[in-house]
Amino acid sequence: MEAFIKKEFFHIFRDVRSMMILFGMPIVQLLVFGFAISTELNNAGIAIYDQSRDPMSKQLVQKIVSSGYFELQQVFSTNAEIEAGFKSGKIKAAIVIGKDFEKHFIQQDGAQIQIIADASDPNTASIISNYLQGITRAFQAEKLPNLKLPVEIKTESRLLYNPEMRSVFMFVPGTIAIILMLVSAMMTSISIAREKETGTMEILLASPLKPWQIILGKVTPYVILSFINAMTIVVVAWLVFEMPIKGSFLLLMGEAILFIVMSLTLGILISTVSPTQQVAMLLSMFALMLPTILLSGFIFPIENMPVVLQGISNIMPSRWFIIIMKSIMVKGSGFMYVWKETLIILGMTVFFGILSIKKFKIRLS
Amino acid sequence: MIEVEGISKTYGKVLALDDIHFNTKKGELFGLIGPDGAGKTSLFRILTSLLLPDKGRASVAGFDVVKDYKKIRSIIGYMPGRFSLYPDLSVEENLQFFAKVFKTSIEENYHLIKDIYQMLEPFKKRPAGKLSGGMKQKLALSCALIHKPEVLFLDEPTTGVDAVSRKEFWEMLAKLKEQGISILVSTPYMDEAAMCERIALIQNGRIMDINTPFGITQAFPDELFSVSSDNIIHLVKDLREYQELKTAYTFGSNIHITFKNLPDITTLQTYLEKSGHSNIKIIPENAGIEDCFMNLMQNQA
Repeated sequence: MEAFIKKEFFHIFRDVRSMMILFGMPIVQLLVFGFAISTELNNAGIAIYDQSRDPMSKQLVQKIVSSGYFELQQVFSTNAEIEAGFKSGKIKAAIVIGKDFEKHFIQQDGAQIQIIADASDPNTASIISNYLQGITRAFQAEKLPNLKLPVEIKTESRLLYNPEMRSVFMFVPGTIAIILMLVSAMMTSISIAREKETGTMEILLASPLKPWQIILGKVTPYVILSFINAMTIVVVAWLVFEMPIKGSFLLLMGEAILFIVMSLTLGILISTVSPTQQVAMLLSMFALMLPTILLSGFIFPIENMPVVLQGISNIMPSRWFIIIMKSIMVKGSGFMYVWKETLIILGMTVFFGILSIKKFKIRLS
Repeated sequence: MIEVEGISKTYGKVLALDDIHFNTKKGELFGLIGPDGAGKTSLFRILTSLLLPDKGRASVAGFDVVKDYKKIRSIIGYMPGRFSLYPDLSVEENLQFFAKVFKTSIEENYHLIKDIYQMLEPFKKRPAGKLSGGMKQKLALSCALIHKPEVLFLDEPTTGVDAVSRKEFWEMLAKLKEQGISILVSTPYMDEAAMCERIALIQNGRIMDINTPFGITQAFPDELFSVSSDNIIHLVKDLREYQELKTAYTFGSNIHITFKNLPDITTLQTYLEKSGHSNIKIIPENAGIEDCFMNLMQNQA
């Protein structure tokens, strides 16, 4: 057993590619996700077409520009320019302020503002228009504090746990899930498939080693390395993105180990049906990685999915793991609040574990 | 030691092994001789419990290859046809790993591999993947021997190995046999058959004959002659066109022939002279394993 584990470590440390996937990729992926996938708005290019040019409209423009979310790229003076501006790609939105803005504003008989957003990127478009509406509303409240609307429902929103709506809270748990899945499942399935490809599996099978010994020997190094990875990601997320860990660090790591073991059983399962490393890699990619990214609620909210996909997302281990991670890191929940999700992952681990030992062939073909 | 009774194996529609029977004795060096695709590897895999036969039964050291596969796996040493060690591990690490897998140590059975391993010692830090063919094969043999197996299965151990290493390898096998290890070895090289105590000639999944190498050559039914001339390429063609001959096969720079009826060398000599050959030699030859193999193959077809 220990000889097997030692041998496995030699394989990993002597293979540049393995080392890159194990240690380079997690960090790169975290940083890429961190900086690229962002639902926050910074310096979006906008254009203004102010038809009034009176003091009030100028103040509004000033307010929009100084909010920090937008960067004034162009100032238009005709309608035709708007179209051209969008086509040039420099602006994401245009704000048209109607004629006699100040007069209508003070008389309260319908001052007009039009927001035109580039919805070829629907997400950004809706965020921009929300932000602009918010700014306009605030401007209105500021200028006309005594304004009474006929029927007014005052809504006050409080954003719990993540008041600044920082997207980092969203992607760090997801990234941890992806990376652990990738490293654990893909690397084990590839390394077992490699033994088949080089023919060493033939010798291992013809030896007194039992299937569970072969599996445990293959898997143990990856448990250790994946665990180190999980810790690294949490630390980097904390240092670079100020990701908090409000709950117990120990619980967090315990859950991570459970998820790692679960991923490894999946990896073994994949390797039992893959004759070559290439097949193992493709299977891991399509059967594990893509669903993890797409259906776990990491990028697309599960609530918005069609019912069928929502059903499928229930069998995605990463879905439950992301819930656990978020609860512990962001909400500071204890085990009492995540035991259900933990039980689901535990159940999956046992299921896939037994299945993969059963499917592990004691003979060739 | 090894008992095979009516083993058959098919892959889809291809019949790889067809009703194979043979037995080997304890401490015997038994050879399976046959070309690529004859079914040797399938037979090895069945005997090492890696493959299930479709029909028939087989046992190794009294253990059934299907039922008692666990017992078999702890008493056999197996060297697959393809180089199957870890190329990124050094010579020493490979050996150590396989010793540990069989719950033994290099020191414990060092006497078995001493002669072989001494040749590898200077390269013990080198990754196995960077060894020469002969060295790889010696390392693979060491790894298969390190747990002192009762039966050694060597599937085409000399394929892709230079002539000197091949000779050394057979000398090693002879020494291992003296230590009481039973050996089943396969090879496509007919000249290596003579190194075995008994051989089975195998072709298209069937065993054509089992005997000692001497016994097999003795059983060659015809008188054999070796023909040579200055123009070897035309010689084959001319001999094949000569009606009186039963067979004509090229063996290096000679052609081995047998006659359909009583040998008539003088007529053949005149025929060849007429065909423009010079320096013609026709001499009686003792049949080798390859002649016998060709003959048996012809009979089967």
